[in-house]
Amino acid sequence: MTEKAEDRKPLLSKKIDKFFTGLANAWNFVRRFFKEVFIPPYEFKEVVHQCYRIGVESLPLIALTGFIVGIVFTNQSRPSLSEFGATSWLPSLISIAVVRAMGPLVTALIAAGKVGSSIGAEIGSMKVTEQIDAMEVSATNPFKFLVVTRVLATTFMIPVLVMFTDFVALMGSFLSVNANESVSLTTFFVQVFEAISFLDIISSVLKALLFGFTIGIVGCYKGYNSSKGTEGVGRAANAAVVMAMFLIFIEELLVLQIVNAIRMM
Amino acid sequence: MEEKVVEIRGLIKSFGDLDVLKGVDLDLYKGENLVVLGKSGSGKSVLIKIMVGLLKQDEGTLKVLGKEVANLGTKELNELRLKIGFSFQNSALYDSMTVKENLEFPLVRNIKNLTRKEKDKKIEGLLESVGLPQSINQMPSELSGGQKKRIGVARTLILEPEIMLYDEPTAGLDPITCMDINNLIVQVREEYNTSSIVITHDLTCAKVTGDRMAVLLDGQFDAVGTFEEVFPNAEDQRIKSFYDYNFINS
Repeated sequence: MTEKAEDRKPLLSKKIDKFFTGLANAWNFVRRFFKEVFIPPYEFKEVVHQCYRIGVESLPLIALTGFIVGIVFTNQSRPSLSEFGATSWLPSLISIAVVRAMGPLVTALIAAGKVGSSIGAEIGSMKVTEQIDAMEVSATNPFKFLVVTRVLATTFMIPVLVMFTDFVALMGSFLSVNANESVSLTTFFVQVFEAISFLDIISSVLKALLFGFTIGIVGCYKGYNSSKGTEGVGRAANAAVVMAMFLIFIEELLVLQIVNAIRMM
Repeated sequence: MEEKVVEIRGLIKSFGDLDVLKGVDLDLYKGENLVVLGKSGSGKSVLIKIMVGLLKQDEGTLKVLGKEVANLGTKELNELRLKIGFSFQNSALYDSMTVKENLEFPLVRNIKNLTRKEKDKKIEGLLESVGLPQSINQMPSELSGGQKKRIGVARTLILEPEIMLYDEPTAGLDPITCMDINNLIVQVREEYNTSSIVITHDLTCAKVTGDRMAVLLDGQFDAVGTFEEVFPNAEDQRIKSFYDYNFINS
């Protein structure tokens, strides 16, 4: 039998060894996802069920947040623009801010809190109550049923939610612009679409796909590896949110650099 | 000669510095109910988890239906698992699914080409057999501990296993429900012609359900035999105290 990681003597220190073991485990988890996602049987019904849970059930919260973000960002930007007599630029400014950064980021952070924690807690609780073992002994692949379906659902649904957030945030912004600058809906949206390019939309969708994948895989990884009973479930849910949010910011930064490099070409 | 369905030789399992199983030898014969007794933490559950490939032994051999579990690939292991029913200590019902969906879950994934009618008939028949036909649309959270155990057993029986593994079937239940579960274990053997290993520290459960007892002490089986052979006149103080502190003797 092979020697287990936890039985080995640490190479440098226990903490460093634990960190690198964790990284290796996470990498193996991601690799396993990409291996299992293409191998039948496919759990289509469960993917649709998870898409409904993640997409439809998150809609009210996302809508409210996006709407408020649109209004607040418009109201906060107005004084600075009005100093230069440039309030007519508000729709352009808001559209660039919302489509390029605010929409994907706000949606991903809200989803990390709502969906990521829920996935982490659900799978964590299934782990500690032996439900995952029960699936395994009934010759069903729990990774495929629990992890692959949820990660696919977040990856597909976060871009949809981002588009919805963008729309709702722009509507919120329009209400504020219409009330203060008396701009019509058509004029507002003409300015909005003039300001954004195809690259903005594509990068926003790709970013949303990446954020969705991150939220799903981190939630599943933390839940799947939870231990120590109910305390462990709480920890898994918490760690899923913290880790997903951290990774989302890192990814935002990386994608921004790549898109800016493409823009300059 | 009786056919062995499980054959364990020199099984060793440790967790870090803790040696749980220290060279276990055990046989389960076709059609018998074998009760494995031992204190909490003695490695009883570890033993049956190795049998279904949830854990791997460090050393020794464990053959189930003639196959060495540790050497099986995923496909072969899953084929073997279809012949083994595992009833978990806490029932392990999928709490986001109804009772019907719980029973359907292994069925639809492992037995193809069943019509809706055939599936429903099988599920209803099993619920009838465990005495809970009315619970078909209930959620696990709406069931009592005893009902959960029965549904857990029904879920394992849906694939018609040859071997049943019961992990602490009466843990946390009142004496009357314990008796119901004990009778269910006996009934399952008779109706489904299974061979079973019952993990417990409840001597009433052991006496009612078991043909043979095996007492796991300090990582090894110290006494194996019928209830009468192992318990009433035990000379080993550890087995004697196990018997004396049980209500059977009171």
